[in-house]
Amino acid sequence: MIDNRIPLIETVDLKKNFGKLEVLKGISEKIYKGEVVCIIGPSGGGKSTFLRCLNLLEVPTSGKVIFEGDELDEKKTDLNLHRQKIGMVFQQFNVFPHLKVIDNITIAPVKTKKYTKEQAEAKAKELLAQVGLSDKEQEYPRKLSGGQKQRLAIVRALAMEPDVMLFDEPTSALDPEMVKGVLEVIQKLAESGMTCVIVTHEMGFCRKVADRVLFIDDGVVAESGTPDELFDHPKNPRTQEFLSQVL
Amino acid sequence: MGKGIFEVLFEYWPIFLRGLAGTLEYSFIAVTLGSILGAVVAVIHLSKNKFVSFIASVYVNVLRGTPLLVQMYISYYFLPMAFPVLNKIDKIYFVMFALILNSSAYVAEIIRSGINAVDSGQTEAARSLGMTKGQTMLRIVLPQAIKNILPALGNEYIAMVKETSLAGTFMLYELMYTRTILANKYLVWQPQMIIAGIYLIVTLVLSFGVKKMEKRLSVSD
Ligand SMILES: Nc1ncnc2c1ncn2[C@@H]1O[C@H](COP(=O)(O)OP(=O)(O)O)[C@@H](O)[C@H]1O
Ligand SMILES: [Mg+2]
Repeated sequence: MIDNRIPLIETVDLKKNFGKLEVLKGISEKIYKGEVVCIIGPSGGGKSTFLRCLNLLEVPTSGKVIFEGDELDEKKTDLNLHRQKIGMVFQQFNVFPHLKVIDNITIAPVKTKKYTKEQAEAKAKELLAQVGLSDKEQEYPRKLSGGQKQRLAIVRALAMEPDVMLFDEPTSALDPEMVKGVLEVIQKLAESGMTCVIVTHEMGFCRKVADRVLFIDDGVVAESGTPDELFDHPKNPRTQEFLSQVL
Repeated sequence: MGKGIFEVLFEYWPIFLRGLAGTLEYSFIAVTLGSILGAVVAVIHLSKNKFVSFIASVYVNVLRGTPLLVQMYISYYFLPMAFPVLNKIDKIYFVMFALILNSSAYVAEIIRSGINAVDSGQTEAARSLGMTKGQTMLRIVLPQAIKNILPALGNEYIAMVKETSLAGTFMLYELMYTRTILANKYLVWQPQMIIAGIYLIVTLVLSFGVKKMEKRLSVSD
């Protein structure tokens, strides 16, 4: 087993309630460096909440999130420092509309003092070129298509040189013709060795890139395994039912 | 009937002009100082600490839930009575005090709702990049909120131009006060109509300005 390695992210009996609603009912998972983990499952099952707990955008009700050996805690750890190493890409892109494309990318590295403005701009240009957005550098996001916005959001996160990237349904808000371009960018990233946790409904994509798939339903990881195990031989009846609906 | 409107306007225009200047000045001071105070109240209101936030909401609700005229009376008569030291201060400041406080409550709500109107995804994105709360507010949220806030502040100024008419009751030289001056000359209905006309023109012009500003600010959306 691989358990003798130190995980990049580990959750221990992670629980999250919203008021009386129990959304996460105890998730213990380990994600290792270089791993690509896809999370699938029915809507409302707690996938986003789980992902958002990993960088403490949601504060867990109980349980632990351990990142690179440090337990993330709102009060004790320097959360901002940890978040700089955890990139996140949202369904709704959340690009900054008041900033030009290049400034969208450089603002965090510059403000967090990771880079000087010159360094950050050089890095941003390099990243923009990689995702085919070089010509948009001086535009405002309103001039971009949905797919371009999402690629911008991805490079904005990458500019911080994170150790892991979290994706929450990165293509769900896109027009169908934009999906492929964004998935290609994520796939390239995954293949380059970046640790990725990807919530997705794109089953074909999931199968292609994932080292491991988690099926989250009703606040628990109901089943996990390699894509082949999970898609071809699902053991849990709930997984079987979910897959029969989406495949 | 006596004199016609234009006759009165022609004869007494310096009085109306001075009144208008007073109106614009008092409303400007009220909204400007009210904005500074209102910004502080808004920040307190947005606090995560429930008790601290509650205090700000009481402040806002009391000042918005009682008539400005009542607030002016309390400030003008009651404050100097309760705190005799204040008697040394010119009475005009007590009227201004009420105007500023009143405005600050409205501005606080303008700022608070302007900030709340910015999509929470913006804050989440900034925080997920490791930016601090302060950086997120200053660099991401406020620049977007300002587009909601500035036009609303313009509207607050327009409202204040009308509200300051109450200050005439306390002998502050503003537009409405010209009515008192001219009543001494047995002119009643003409000044009234002129005053109404001036208010209307001023608010229409200002509204036009606010509309233009709104358009310019919304360009980047
Ligand atoms: N901020 C919140 N406040 C209250 N309920 C929430 C909040 N976020 C999510 N939920 C609820 O938690 C459940 C799980 O949501 P989510 O994690 O978004 O599921 P998924 O991403 O799998 O669709 C849903 O019932 C949702 O309504
Ligand atoms: Mg979700």
